[in-house]
Amino acid sequence: MKSLGKYMIFLGKLISNREPFRVYLKLFFDECILIGINSLTIVVLVSVFIGAVMCLQTAFNLVSPIIPRYVISQVVRDIALLEVAPTFTAIVFAGKVGSNIAGGLGTMKITEQVDALEVMGINSASYLVLPKVLAGMFMYPILVTIAGFLAITGGYIAGVVSGVVTPEEYIYGIRADFMEFSVSFALLKAFVFSFLITSISAYKGYYTEGGALEVGASSTKAVTNSCIAVLVADFFIAQFLV
Amino acid sequence: MIEINNIQKTFEDKTVLHGISAVFEKGKTNMIIGASGTGKSVLLKTIVGLIEPDEGEVLYNGRNFYDANRDEQKKIRREIGMLFQGSALFDSLSVEKNVMFPLDMLSRMSKSEKEDRVQFCLKRVGLAGSEKKMPSEISGGMKKRVGIARAIVMKSQYLFCDEPNSGLDPNTAIIIDNLIQEITKEYDLTTVIVSHDMNSMMEIGEYILFMHEGKKVWEGSNDDVTDAESPILQKFIFSNKLMRKYKQ
Repeated sequence: MKSLGKYMIFLGKLISNREPFRVYLKLFFDECILIGINSLTIVVLVSVFIGAVMCLQTAFNLVSPIIPRYVISQVVRDIALLEVAPTFTAIVFAGKVGSNIAGGLGTMKITEQVDALEVMGINSASYLVLPKVLAGMFMYPILVTIAGFLAITGGYIAGVVSGVVTPEEYIYGIRADFMEFSVSFALLKAFVFSFLITSISAYKGYYTEGGALEVGASSTKAVTNSCIAVLVADFFIAQFLV
Repeated sequence: MIEINNIQKTFEDKTVLHGISAVFEKGKTNMIIGASGTGKSVLLKTIVGLIEPDEGEVLYNGRNFYDANRDEQKKIRREIGMLFQGSALFDSLSVEKNVMFPLDMLSRMSKSEKEDRVQFCLKRVGLAGSEKKMPSEISGGMKKRVGIARAIVMKSQYLFCDEPNSGLDPNTAIIIDNLIQEITKEYDLTTVIVSHDMNSMMEIGEYILFMHEGKKVWEGSNDDVTDAESPILQKFIFSNKLMRKYKQ
């Protein structure tokens, strides 16, 4: 509870006594590149392969002749949009971006760079963290959109190449009984998860005390706490919105 | 001038500062000395506003920092320059950008004015020509110089230095000490230096505050520190062979 209270105060510090808007603009774009563009490769790889594996696993498990084969792509589509793109990618995102944020801030903290900002009269939490959180919330939904598309594409490639489904069946399946709400649902999750990952990781990094070992420990805690928060939030979002 | 009155600080159940009072005068290199773990850095951080004291006041030319509202505190902070123990340069910025950082954040100067000011400060600390280097590419002594340049770039009135010559060879340490003293005189700054270095103390300690276990034990100048009657201070000063030989 004490940590939760400290986290809430930390969030308050991000928006109170901020620096002028112009200060954040360049930082925001820099963070968009660091957080978003630099995560693209891993997101592409993970999405394509998970999509491909989902397609093959679903085909392997659908042994009944009365179930049409286009159901394979329906299953791939729904899992890709509802879980793989927002949640699975969030775990990968927490590992890459979360550890990077916590490690970077932790190093700044122990080398007194954060104190240097404070002595200058700059709100260090807001200056260092707010652009990361905003960039994360801006870029992660884009990554989720790409991940969803690529997971379905990965499934298509694997399904067609292995012959478990024809291109026509696959395309028919991803269109059949499509609910637009799935996309909104995935994007809502993306906003929530990106906020949790960036803010929790920043919180862990910002309050690092000690030396190099503690920076490593903060990075690890940032990833594990972010993952737990994402999974808990995933459960509650599913509970309330499905 | 900076005046501190009855500064007390306790962390959990450990009292680190026991009612410390002192006056740090303008145009002087004021030093806080003492063994490791005596609370010197905590006192310095309390003076610059990084650690809030449990009791006591810090007056910058009569303005009480901890009674001031947020805007007034910001104003006082903008008159402060600080050199950190590890220099605390921003890793991702070049030497030039590090020095320009306070101007970018806090001033309304034009780009050319900022560049001129940065050039002037880098030249003053003997680093002209190193503008484009990154902190990872320069030596410890050069980092300290960049730190000093960054501390004075805003035409600060107060200069704080936390162990300015830690990790430096004796020759470079003296050069950095002298640079700090020269800058103090040149710009009429109120300079406060935390150190446990005897050479520094003898070289530039115009006012010395000696701390032991969070208490002020002695104050005076480098002219009379070796004759001080405090046995703790005597033990501290003459703990190494060189100083003992000097005494003899």
